[in-house]
Amino acid sequence: MKHYPGEPQTLESLHATSAAERKAWELRLYVAGKTGKSVAAFENLKRLCDEHLPGEYRIEVVDLLVHPQLAKGDQIVAIPTLVRKLPPPIRKVIGDLSNIERTLVGLQLRPSKQ
Amino acid sequence: MRRGEPSSTRSLPKAETGIEGLDEITGGGFPRGRPTLICGSAGCGKTLLAMEFLVRGATQFGEPGVFLTFEETGEELRQNVRSLGFDLRHLADQKKLLVDYVHVERSEIEETGEYDLEGLFIRLGHAIDTIGAKRVALDTIETLFGGLSNAAVLRSELRRLFRWLKDKGVTAVITGERGEGRLTRHGLEEYVSDCVIALDHRITDQLSTRRLRIVKYRGTVHGTNEYPFLIEEDGISVLPITSLGLRHEASTERISTGVPRLDAMLGGQGVYRGSSVLISGTAGIGKTSFAAHFADATCRRGERCLYFAFEESESQLLRNMRSIGLDLTPWLKKGLLRIHATRPTAYGLETHLAALHKLVNEFDPRLVIVDPITNFLKAGTQSETEAMLTRLIDFLKARQTTALFTSLSHGSSSLEQSEATVSSLIDTWLLLRDIELGGERNRGMYILKSRGMAHSNQIREFLLTDRGVELKDVYVGPEGVLTGSMRLAQEAREQAVAVGRQQEIERRQRDLERKRNALEAQAIAQRAQFEAEEHELELLIAQEQAAAASMVEGRQDLARSRKADTHAKSASNGSRRMATRGARK
Repeated sequence: MKHYPGEPQTLESLHATSAAERKAWELRLYVAGKTGKSVAAFENLKRLCDEHLPGEYRIEVVDLLVHPQLAKGDQIVAIPTLVRKLPPPIRKVIGDLSNIERTLVGLQLRPSKQ
Repeated sequence: MRRGEPSSTRSLPKAETGIEGLDEITGGGFPRGRPTLICGSAGCGKTLLAMEFLVRGATQFGEPGVFLTFEETGEELRQNVRSLGFDLRHLADQKKLLVDYVHVERSEIEETGEYDLEGLFIRLGHAIDTIGAKRVALDTIETLFGGLSNAAVLRSELRRLFRWLKDKGVTAVITGERGEGRLTRHGLEEYVSDCVIALDHRITDQLSTRRLRIVKYRGTVHGTNEYPFLIEEDGISVLPITSLGLRHEASTERISTGVPRLDAMLGGQGVYRGSSVLISGTAGIGKTSFAAHFADATCRRGERCLYFAFEESESQLLRNMRSIGLDLTPWLKKGLLRIHATRPTAYGLETHLAALHKLVNEFDPRLVIVDPITNFLKAGTQSETEAMLTRLIDFLKARQTTALFTSLSHGSSSLEQSEATVSSLIDTWLLLRDIELGGERNRGMYILKSRGMAHSNQIREFLLTDRGVELKDVYVGPEGVLTGSMRLAQEAREQAVAVGRQQEIERRQRDLERKRNALEAQAIAQRAQFEAEEHELELLIAQEQAAAASMVEGRQDLARSRKADTHAKSASNGSRRMATRGARK
């Protein structure tokens, strides 16, 4: 999390190997400062993507403390919020993503059975 | 407006709402720097109240505002409030008002693990900082409960939000939907405890009325009643007139009723300015005609008159009054007269009252005519109507505005009874009634009461002529007051009697003259006779003297011849001659 807080930026550098290939998944994680929840969310997300979407994703972290004006665009209310920009339709997962199953359901990587 | 609210200077600092009437009941506005909760059911005007608070703040008090809307998009909101004359786009361009639409779509959201509402805080904080906002509205933040499932998080975050708003020093308005058995569905009143205002939209007999009540307001004495309010072309107006009470000044100025002989009945000068006048009577008796005279007289004095017609349209009223020779059109053109014609059943009582209130404030008339008040009974119950009239009369009296009401009574027996409730509010009460006599229905009028002035106790007949209302003289016959053709007959009879009397006098005068002439003639004759007799007597005396003289001479001659002393006798003859001469004179 060394880029953080800072400009909205892709974390491709951290995942250079996967980023170079197909980027069908475009994910954006909204956080507000370096809080426990934010850090947990980012780490959970990264782990999940590496496991389920190797080489097919791109994560952008937006720190609203630095760029408050960006909260409006994606209708951010809760923090942290993960937004699946691509593929459509837009999906949102809020929380620290600690429940991997639910996160996968939220990202529609797994059909919701319940 | 005179009101008994405590001065806001001694209590909490307030943020003026600029909403007509609301600042009066709240004693100066909402608590500055604190959140105020506005709750009510759907469609009762919460959003508009919140929006007007922001718009007025931005335009009138130099306090920019942020409107966070959770239910309508910015564009929808802009369109909705445009009907109230609020141009949000223009205000946004001037950086006076920001609208932010916060939308949480549950179907696209999955929740996992811990989260907070920092995103909302950041958005709001950013908006506040962008324009330096002093006012914030959240409409309706409870929507979040529908979008997010973790109620525990929401509750603690809302509590934090309200504290944060206080720390920011912004005056916030939070709206909330009314819940079952409590003020808001999710108990927002637990967090917002400084000021809570409840709006209500009640429907009675298919007529709806909006009402506003201050449920609580910490640190401020406030009106506790339900106040009716209106949403009109230029925003919300609340009527704070329930608490006016009896504090108005009583004027000693008198104003004409427009009917000279009626003025004469009212102590010669008409009614007091600022008093309330009731004209009651049966259908078609001429109440409106009297009212029109009042209106005409008011405009003639150069004062404004506001006429609320609840039975006739403006043009019908004008036409009908022209038929009795009262042309009100010039006053309309001069702007001295305004006629406001509506159906009483068009709105609820409160709405009517609010409309009356608003128009009176706008037009500032010296005379207000409500024709008739009885129609309000159709829009509410007896007690409601009474309460409304009390408020209306108090309001008008406080303004020193003369009020004229007409009232339709049914039948003749319950005439006084039916209006007994209104009676105590009325200063001068003219009763118009049918007088059925001799197979005719005629119009009679009397003054039932008139506070503070000597007034006639006579029942007067009046006519509606082409020169307006005319009061006739009173004729009291064995069966009571004579009216109509019986009055005319009585008038004719009285005239005949008067003529007869005149003729009798003339006859007697002639008689007397004749007698005097006779008497004088007689006197002349008697005098002539007397003079004749006197003359005769004189002659007689003269002869007698002559005879006596010749006799004395004869005696003297005799005495001379006899040389007798005759001195004494001639002296006594001389005195007798003198006495005779005196009687003749």
